[in-house]
Amino acid sequence: MNPPAFEYFAPTGIDEVIDILAKYPGEAKILAGGQSLIPLLKARISSIPYLVSLSEVKGLSYVDEGKEGVRIGAMTVDSDIENSELIRKKFPVLHDATEQLADPLVRNVGTIGGNLSHADPANDLPAVMIALDARISVQGRNGLREIKARDFFLDTFTTALEAEEVLTEVTIPFWGKRSGGAYVKFKKNTWNFSVAAVAVQLELEGNKCTRANIATTSVSAKSGRMESAEKILAGKELTHEVISKAASEVAASAQPTSDPYGTEDYKREILKRITREAIRKALSRAGEN
Amino acid sequence: MVSKKHISITVNGEAKETEVEPRMLLAHFLREVVGLTGTHIGCDTTNCGACTVIMDGKAVKSCTILAVQANGKKVMTIEGLSKGREKLHPVQQSFVDKHGLQCGYCTSGMILTSYWLLKNRKNVTDEEIRAAISGNLCRCTGYDNIVESIKDASKKMEEEGDPIEEHPEIKVRA
Repeated sequence: MNPPAFEYFAPTGIDEVIDILAKYPGEAKILAGGQSLIPLLKARISSIPYLVSLSEVKGLSYVDEGKEGVRIGAMTVDSDIENSELIRKKFPVLHDATEQLADPLVRNVGTIGGNLSHADPANDLPAVMIALDARISVQGRNGLREIKARDFFLDTFTTALEAEEVLTEVTIPFWGKRSGGAYVKFKKNTWNFSVAAVAVQLELEGNKCTRANIATTSVSAKSGRMESAEKILAGKELTHEVISKAASEVAASAQPTSDPYGTEDYKREILKRITREAIRKALSRAGEN
Repeated sequence: MVSKKHISITVNGEAKETEVEPRMLLAHFLREVVGLTGTHIGCDTTNCGACTVIMDGKAVKSCTILAVQANGKKVMTIEGLSKGREKLHPVQQSFVDKHGLQCGYCTSGMILTSYWLLKNRKNVTDEEIRAAISGNLCRCTGYDNIVESIKDASKKMEEEGDPIEEHPEIKVRA
């Protein structure tokens, strides 16, 4: 199956990319790794007259440690994040997610920028970036701006990116010394999307949890924070009861729909179970630091 | 009328230059333009991995990459594994020795994913093998023999080394 015909541009600079986007408003789209976009084109689910590839723009693939946090370039492939010792040590929630994302061959081509911009509610990285309080840098005609990950995802396949903007970088701020996270994903087999997945990031002080972020994948129209459940954890010692209560709250406040992946009730049950597991794992990792 | 693009891709060590329609997939470029039909197209939906090739040192699905995206890159197909040598590559020989194929449709993809794995990991465990080939489907479901083949190939690669020097960028990590 061939995709429908399109014009292809592979400029070498971001400014040129933005110029082409501006020239064909609403008709041009960025091609990053293409692991979501190319299957959509091949299945003729979408048709895009002008594709602007980032493949020839240099300097968009890196995982760099700075003073305030870690910066990841938009074209960094998932497997490079999966294999980064820095990410494994500092942000295990991101390591967990990249290790389980699609399959190893897709991870060798799929990029962090594409995963986030595509904003499929079944994509893994939106929830992770929301849980980590990451910031997303986007470049447009009026220069560079930063958007909080929690404000970036507006709806299914819809982000805060303007038509002429390109996602260029993701910044994950360092958390406190005693922090940790986990991503738990429930899927039936490799080539399917998940039934549900959850990202948890915690910070501890003494025996209390001082900061808790929880975000979900596959169980709402978009990935978003589960604030009512976060409030149950914040300021408390994370006993079995507290964890169970928060997990039940995540299951209750999510908005799954019945589909071939399972019924609504089934998905809530799965969500409760994986949220408990993710909080426990995050807690144990935070405690080790 | 969509404008064609000039591309140059190094395939199994040889530069292939041509004009292609931007929508041409790398798998079709390899099969129909270069004429190397060892790269198979199975599902055509990014699931099965029959179309796996090595691109710039990484195993990738060539049905989900545009030929224009591979411009300037180095690609190795199944034909490249034993190119210019009489003997099969150790990974190919292991699939023969351990009955790692039945109908053979998935085999070129399986072997290239295995090769990529074995270039990156020594002493692979069953678990690592199964995780590595999770993007390659065998509809004959001969997975146990495939896992045995890859374990055997790991041993052969340790003992005999890798006859290919074409991919110095694949570094051994573990």
